[in-house]
Amino acid sequence: MNKLLNVSSSPHARSNVLTQNLMFDVAIAMIPASVYGVYQFGLKALCILLVTVAGCVLSEYVYESLMGKPITIMDGSALVTGMILALNMPPEIPLWIPLLGGIFAIIVVKQLYGGLGQNFMNPALAARCFLLISFANQMSGSAFKLDGVSTATPLSVMKNGGAVDVAAMFVGKIPGTIGEVSVIALLIGAVYLLVRKVISIRIPAAYLITFAVFVFVFGDHTPAFVLAHLCGGGLIFGAFFMATDYVTSPITPKGQILFGILLGVLTGLFRLFGGAPEGVSYAIIISNLMVPLIEKVTLPVAFGKEGKKA
Amino acid sequence: MNKCVERLYNGIFKENPTFVLMLGMCPTLATTTTAINGVGMGLTTTAVLIFSNLIISALRKIIPDRVRIPAYIVIVASLVTIAQLLLKAFIPALDKSLGIFIPLIVVNCIILGRAEAYAAKNGPLESAFDGIGMGLGFTLGLTCIAVFRELLGAGSIFGITIIPEAYKISIFGLAPGAFFVLAGLTALQNKFKMPSATNGLAQESVLACGGNCSHCTGSACMANHATLETRRLQAEEEALNAKKAEVAQRQAQLSQKLDKKDQ
Repeated sequence: MNKLLNVSSSPHARSNVLTQNLMFDVAIAMIPASVYGVYQFGLKALCILLVTVAGCVLSEYVYESLMGKPITIMDGSALVTGMILALNMPPEIPLWIPLLGGIFAIIVVKQLYGGLGQNFMNPALAARCFLLISFANQMSGSAFKLDGVSTATPLSVMKNGGAVDVAAMFVGKIPGTIGEVSVIALLIGAVYLLVRKVISIRIPAAYLITFAVFVFVFGDHTPAFVLAHLCGGGLIFGAFFMATDYVTSPITPKGQILFGILLGVLTGLFRLFGGAPEGVSYAIIISNLMVPLIEKVTLPVAFGKEGKKA
Repeated sequence: MNKCVERLYNGIFKENPTFVLMLGMCPTLATTTTAINGVGMGLTTTAVLIFSNLIISALRKIIPDRVRIPAYIVIVASLVTIAQLLLKAFIPALDKSLGIFIPLIVVNCIILGRAEAYAAKNGPLESAFDGIGMGLGFTLGLTCIAVFRELLGAGSIFGITIIPEAYKISIFGLAPGAFFVLAGLTALQNKFKMPSATNGLAQESVLACGGNCSHCTGSACMANHATLETRRLQAEEEALNAKKAEVAQRQAQLSQKLDKKDQ
């Protein structure tokens, strides 16, 4: 048959970008942080990484085959969820806890709401909060060990008024969760994502700037304090890898900036005035819930329609 | 007497207040932290429900229609006060752990709902049995939820430790856990089509995704539609083939008969 006579509905020009490519790009971007985490915390960290990813992918496979749905494990979304969750785990945690978290992330947060694209919360972060509430002892900073000695994370030191070494925080020679300790490794991944245009700079930039201003105004009025807060905890990891999740962040450009500002204010509030030293995960989850509202108020006027009259 | 048994069945299974009617959710979510609390709350509500149904049904011709709600509330509040004083006197530990939720039985929607929907229209005996059925259904629902929450959240059932301390998932003892367990058990009840008011005539959705198409834009949905379409075509083809085979068989039989007649 003559190809010219084929008629199909629009769109006629398609991009080659698939969910799969995007997800594998995100996974690649997390490799530096994972490698550093394994280097710093040893084989235990690698085990946690493997167990969490396996838990996520397997539970997606089992759920979808039981429900008779198309199997979507090859699109890499479960892999990314597993990696983010594993990088959010403290290295000393018993292996069954991240496994449970992976199953919770995929089955309860993602699949029960309809699978990829239908979940209203970041599955990995929801699972992290589930584990934080359930296993406060194992998940909290007191269990972290560095060079065999238990120490507090820089953020809890700062919460108690102590001084921290910003340079060590930038490189990653600090206790913390597997993936969040090395700012430099995370930034390498972030640059990769930005260069590949997987994420736009809007959410992370709005997030970090708002947070820095908030901490400067309401915390200690010194640049060192702001810098330490920027490098500490899961802020960089959250800003570039978790807040930019396509499903749970706004798609409108204005909305993305608004989303970033909301994140910055919430994180600042939780860190400076909250009970716990860290608040990135709760800030992102709460902002995830606001996304439909943000998109509603920032919807651009469609081309060809009249704008609002002033 | 048959009607009374029917009332019991209706309250416990067919219109179970927790899993089918979804009534009285506040005490359901708040007091089910341990199995003993769930049973206590359920039985206290049952006691109040039986007597409130009985009294309201007996007074149904005396209470004027326009002031019936205040009249019901007065009756229920008196009964709840009696129940609370009895609990304080004889089971002070339970009274302490249930706290504010005992006085709140006054505004429990199951009690007002049954008064309005059943006791105000039926005789005292049936109404009392309706109260027993609904109360037991509520107790059953609460106990189920509480057993799961206590087992997962505190590692024990009725205070007997089953799961060691290190393996308990404490979120199940908190508010989110109540929602998880309630949702899970209601889903199971729906899945296994237990005989209830919402399951009896409900048509089974043919879509693998559940079929809420107006709220769905996902590609999974399109894939589902595609698989369902192919499955439907296959089924049609099979049906057609079966019919053809049947027709052919009949024709063969007919021709055989004709052959015999001819002979």
